[in-house]
Amino acid sequence: MALRQCAIYGKGGIGKSTTTQNLVAALAEAQKKVMIVGCDPKSDSTRLILHAKTQNTIMHLAAEAGSVEDLELEEVLKVGFGGIKCVESGGPEPGVGCAGRGVITAINFLEEEGAYEEDLEFVFYDVLGDVVCGGFAMPIRENKAQEIYIVVSGEMMAMYAANNIAKGIVKYASSGGVRLAGLICNSRKVDREANLIEALAERLGTQMIHFVPRDNIVQHAEIRRMTVIEYDPNCTQADEYRALAQKIINNRKLVVPTPITMDELEELLMEFGVLEEEDESIVGKKKIDEMATAA
Amino acid sequence: MSALTREETQALIQEVLEVYPEKAQKDRAKHLAVNNHDVEQSKKCIISNRKSLPGVMTVRGCAYAGSKGVVWGPVKDMVHISHGPVGCGQYSRAGRRNYYVGTTGVNTFGTMNFTSDFEERDIVFGGDKKLTKIIDEIEMLFPLNKGITVQSECPIGLIGDDVEAVVKRKATETGKAIVPVRCEGFRGVSQSLGHHIANDSIRDWVLAKRDGQAFDSTPYDVTIIGDYNIGGDAWSSRILLEEIGLRVIAQWSGDGTIAEIENTSKAKLNLIHCYRSMNYIARHMEEKYGVPWLEYNFFGPTKIAESLRKIAACFDDQIKEKAEQVIAKYQPIMAAIIAKYKPRLTGKKVMLYVGGLRPRHIIGAYEDLGMEVVGTGYEFAHNDDYDRTIKEMPNATLLYDDVTGFELEEFVKRIRPNLIGSGIKEKYIFQKMGIPFRQMHSWDYSGPYHGYDGFAIFARDMDMTINNPCWNNLTPPWLAKSKDDTLHKAA
Repeated sequence: MALRQCAIYGKGGIGKSTTTQNLVAALAEAQKKVMIVGCDPKSDSTRLILHAKTQNTIMHLAAEAGSVEDLELEEVLKVGFGGIKCVESGGPEPGVGCAGRGVITAINFLEEEGAYEEDLEFVFYDVLGDVVCGGFAMPIRENKAQEIYIVVSGEMMAMYAANNIAKGIVKYASSGGVRLAGLICNSRKVDREANLIEALAERLGTQMIHFVPRDNIVQHAEIRRMTVIEYDPNCTQADEYRALAQKIINNRKLVVPTPITMDELEELLMEFGVLEEEDESIVGKKKIDEMATAA
Repeated sequence: MSALTREETQALIQEVLEVYPEKAQKDRAKHLAVNNHDVEQSKKCIISNRKSLPGVMTVRGCAYAGSKGVVWGPVKDMVHISHGPVGCGQYSRAGRRNYYVGTTGVNTFGTMNFTSDFEERDIVFGGDKKLTKIIDEIEMLFPLNKGITVQSECPIGLIGDDVEAVVKRKATETGKAIVPVRCEGFRGVSQSLGHHIANDSIRDWVLAKRDGQAFDSTPYDVTIIGDYNIGGDAWSSRILLEEIGLRVIAQWSGDGTIAEIENTSKAKLNLIHCYRSMNYIARHMEEKYGVPWLEYNFFGPTKIAESLRKIAACFDDQIKEKAEQVIAKYQPIMAAIIAKYKPRLTGKKVMLYVGGLRPRHIIGAYEDLGMEVVGTGYEFAHNDDYDRTIKEMPNATLLYDDVTGFELEEFVKRIRPNLIGSGIKEKYIFQKMGIPFRQMHSWDYSGPYHGYDGFAIFARDMDMTINNPCWNNLTPPWLAKSKDDTLHKAA
């Protein structure tokens, strides 16, 4: 089976890292050979697999050794639950340096050192919140991830971010082979959430590949730095991640997305009652003026 | 061949523009003009200080070049750190020939390259820790330094490195002037913005340092601003000012020191040679300290005499008298130089394409030798420079702003000057075309050219270039065809 490279994007705090690690654990359970590449200076993309706080990152080890050329693959690549290979790009503390450059350097290093060879079946890139600069677009540039999954919920800003990411994918889809492979709904228990995300997926030309319900067991597992697959393999939530894993294994629906305009997105949200119709007459009116009009 | 008429020059511009696509043609047309003394404001005939077109060859530099290479670099008793990857500092090291007195590596540092040598990890994790370490090492290895500037290269701005925080901390620790300069190369359209940024950093971090402190003033205190002492230019200027009875208390920045810069606001008059690169600070001192400023030109005896009288007019009769004495003293020496070289140079046509002040300041020196400047232009001028140029250039001559490689070559082919004065990037192209060339940024390893002493060297250099017998062994392109024909017939 050819190597499939997937990137997970989505609004910050939506649950990308948790979803990715549970999904990857389910894939590993299904005997798939998987690697996770964390592309976030917070470097929390592999802790549930390795039971570690944070693993040593490529950029930190490179800084200690002098340069990235002085590193060996074994130093940065750790193996965790189910034989999952884990690497973290790493980067600076907030407010200094250039995290985007760290991602570029780290991914180039992995390619040059042959991390993608051998018998890998899946690589998952877990990428920081928004695609703020070229560095964080690195995983979807030429010869890297071909499939993008966007983690989303029924909250307005999450959907707004998903639409923006779709715009980014269109840009790289024209120059390379990158495609949108689906929306993963990580439920926030918003009303008619599944329907809403399905409707958004349809507008974007893609699918809601799976609806992951909210369950506190995910947090219980996380406190123990574990995935639910490992912590409690018999729970229903574990089956949800297994179902997601199976859908991804069988997924053939890769599309160039059709992002929608801000107006269209607002219309959709109004249709589902997430957003109320705007009253244009009150825009820019101060309270004092309103009271004067009323009086 | 006589000079082109106004119509011919205009037609030449049109012809050269023709090869460009429509949009480029429209843009470049604004940068090319026929000189017209009737025009009061240059903006009516030429546009400058605009972004160069993608796809053309331009010889412009960057903001870092303007700050580190021009304004700050010559301040000799400070260490100038090229903050960023190694290339910017190394390839600009010691290339500008701004001479200074001192023991390099002990109390002066002009020709050395200090760099933070950014590597991948410094980009990713930020360069502040490294900069701190470098400043500590400089203090340890070169304790006689009088201060440090941090010249930011592009990546510093891209990653948002907090240079100011490091600099403030270190300045408190060492008690010396440590100056951050945000002259990242991608800022602005040419090196010109770098001059401005460097001027502003002097204003904000240095100039007010000795405000309120005692200073032994004389009524004759002046400064030289905008002379970078290339080949010793500032020295051959300074002796003339001293000879007419003035006291030069600061040189900006050729052979200059930080102490001189700090004392500059105490001067009675700031004398500006390179207006483009340092008018900002002169205007600031006028506004804040009430120090007036005056532009002068020390190229060639005519302009020198004119300038000495203009400067003396700002002082008492004693100075005015001395100025006349000095002019009279050098007059026979200048006459002898002109008598020797003018017959060999008279009628020779020159095209210039240089930087800040030379495209207009040197015109008089050529004219003193009987030569005529038929085309001139600047790499990075603003319209106030062209305002001044219009008056200096003969009518109906060619003006070109940020000229492209193609345009300059085409102009040269048509005008066929006897000499081109420009930079190293142009030099070998035109020499191979069989046209005598002088590198007018660094005086082609010669100089000084300022002052009376400089004029003697200038005249000799122009003569030995134009009348060098080697040109007889080369065939310029416009004669090449007829020579081929001759050969053909002979065969």
